[in-house]
Amino acid sequence: MDHFAAEKGRDDIFSLNTALLSTKELSIGYHPRGRFALVLAKGLNLAIQPGEMVCLVGPNGVGKSTLLRTLTRLQQPLSGEISLEGRPLKAYSDRQLANIVSVVLTVPVQTGAMRVEELVGLGRFPFTGMFSGLKPQDHQAIVEALKLVGALPLMGHFVYELSDGERQRILIARALAQEPRLLILDEPTAFLDVPGRVSVMSLLVGLAHEHGKGVLTSTHDLDLALRIADRVWLMGQEGSIVEGAPEDLVISGRFGLAFDRPNVRFDETSGDFRLNEQASGSVILRAEGLAWIWTKRALNRAGFNVQEAGSSQDALVTAVGQGKQTRWRLEKAGIITEHESIYSLLMALNDNNLTAGEEQYSEQFAREKDDRHDKNEHGHSD
Amino acid sequence: MDDSTPLPARKTWPALLGLAGLLVLVFCASLLLGSARIPVVQILRILTGQPAANQNWTYIILNFRLVRSLTALLAGAALAWAGLQMQTLFRNPLADPFILGINSGASFGVALVVLGSGLAGASFLAGLGVLGDLSLAVAASLGAALALGIIMLVGRRVRSNTTLLILGLMFGYATSALVSLLIYFSAPERIQAYTLWSYGSFSGVTWSQMRVMLPVILLGLLVLLALPNVLNVLLLGEDYAKTMGLNANRARVFILLSASLLAGTVTAFCGPIGFLGVAVPHLARNLLHTADHKVLIPAVGLMGAIAAVLADIFAQLPGAQFVLPINVVTSLFGAPFVLWIILRQRKGGTTFSV
Repeated sequence: MDHFAAEKGRDDIFSLNTALLSTKELSIGYHPRGRFALVLAKGLNLAIQPGEMVCLVGPNGVGKSTLLRTLTRLQQPLSGEISLEGRPLKAYSDRQLANIVSVVLTVPVQTGAMRVEELVGLGRFPFTGMFSGLKPQDHQAIVEALKLVGALPLMGHFVYELSDGERQRILIARALAQEPRLLILDEPTAFLDVPGRVSVMSLLVGLAHEHGKGVLTSTHDLDLALRIADRVWLMGQEGSIVEGAPEDLVISGRFGLAFDRPNVRFDETSGDFRLNEQASGSVILRAEGLAWIWTKRALNRAGFNVQEAGSSQDALVTAVGQGKQTRWRLEKAGIITEHESIYSLLMALNDNNLTAGEEQYSEQFAREKDDRHDKNEHGHSD
Repeated sequence: MDDSTPLPARKTWPALLGLAGLLVLVFCASLLLGSARIPVVQILRILTGQPAANQNWTYIILNFRLVRSLTALLAGAALAWAGLQMQTLFRNPLADPFILGINSGASFGVALVVLGSGLAGASFLAGLGVLGDLSLAVAASLGAALALGIIMLVGRRVRSNTTLLILGLMFGYATSALVSLLIYFSAPERIQAYTLWSYGSFSGVTWSQMRVMLPVILLGLLVLLALPNVLNVLLLGEDYAKTMGLNANRARVFILLSASLLAGTVTAFCGPIGFLGVAVPHLARNLLHTADHKVLIPAVGLMGAIAAVLADIFAQLPGAQFVLPINVVTSLFGAPFVLWIILRQRKGGTTFSV
């Protein structure tokens, strides 16, 4: 592992010359017979360095899969050049290419009664060729690949017994058994739950940063891509790709441009997407820690602008206590109510006709709590 | 780091050995059973080249039962191998040579030779010498190869198994229409010869025909024996296989070559025998619970041979004076058996994907 890290450091210095994969004026798309070519993107000048995690993002249907298929030579480019380690991609034999690049595709894999190590062992095909069986070094590579993805305990299981996340790990292990220098994945997190997505993506980052592999993955998980990628290739509707560090793309407003819809807006401050709703009013929120974060989210969701200070006409929400004991005090139009859950807080916020009975009860309830509230006052900083 | 972690080894040879033993048993039974009662000792004497008590027995064993059982064995194995390759290539559990039109192609080839030669007036088949056998095998193999060639040519554009299956069916309809056309204009005795061939039978093969059938099947097997790694990689689909350095076009050509040699030859000499090609690979996957072609190729061959020899025994219907068409037996007795195997399996659904 150490020498990988050393190599990576060296590559950073010479990164301009040692691009693992680079394209020059690449056009991708389809060339139906007897018709004009359908160009999905053109003029692409892209590069991946060793040890770099690149996320390819973009709305559905802009040609992410087509680009990946073109870069792995499953599809011919319409024009332009692709070089792999300084040589034209088309100059490689199938076997040579398989020794440098390996892939994880979106096509579902029907394996029947295949065991985990057998599936991973298929990745040794470039080494065994047509005739020979698995040699000791192949076995070692299989075990090594399973270790890298943290799936060694799955050895001996049938692939159909695995969960979606486990199967995705095994498919990545199969790609790693090919001992590639460049790993290309097409939406490896598509069918996974959120923890599964995070763990697959951080696995990929580890492969790039700790093992010096170039990793190119397409994904729909924008917030994950923004957090994790060294570089983002942002593919837009107009058939071009903007690339850069994720933060660069956010600051320059490219992200918003690529993904904004009439009802959806990319929030540059939080790095996620918001439903575009008319604000139903402003709320001043006093809380801290988790209570602050989640109360703010809830208020945003309900369509309120959240402020830390504001005019006296705005409703005031104060969160008190921690964890299960958290209580929310709402002061709205002179009426004070206390709530045990965010749900009830939102109900009250949206309810414009508090009854007299509730009002009285609430005020009394609030007075009882006032003492304790004072003790906590110093904590309500932001 | 523990680099010596061993991969769990799975012993498959006991199962294969058991299958081989079963094949020997079934093969012996097929020699023993028949309309004439011949004692076991006499059969052993005949087989080892010693004079038997009855000269007729020697003739029956050597020129009827032995060649018939050997034909069944070879045909069963060959059809099962062809089916296995088709199922893996198309990644479709329903694929078999018949569904994709390979047998229809072979039928058409044979119909052309049997019926067409009558039309042309040249009756070179009348003597049924080696030349006639060869032309029959060549016609069937060419017909089969033509069928698969067309399927692949079109199939490379459509990229969908379902579409390909429909294409195979359409090709089957088209060839049977052509065969019907040939029949319509043919003399009755030639029609009868063709109809008999189309019922499927292992008993029509003579030793001189075996001299053609055996080498061609061995050739098909030889090609197949070079392919287990390729077939394994193809289980992940053609795209994955390509990114692992497989020349998919060349692999496809070899698989088609092997399958059309195997299925085409059997169809030429024994008629269009269905069922075995699609059922035996599933049976093998299910019983051995594996997807590895290094295991599946021997297992499928053995099981196909066992199934065909068994079917032949049933077709002779010991004690009866008539022989059932082999197609009737394989489907009538085989289908319920395969159903029982599937339903018995806990995870049947998953292993029946290719």
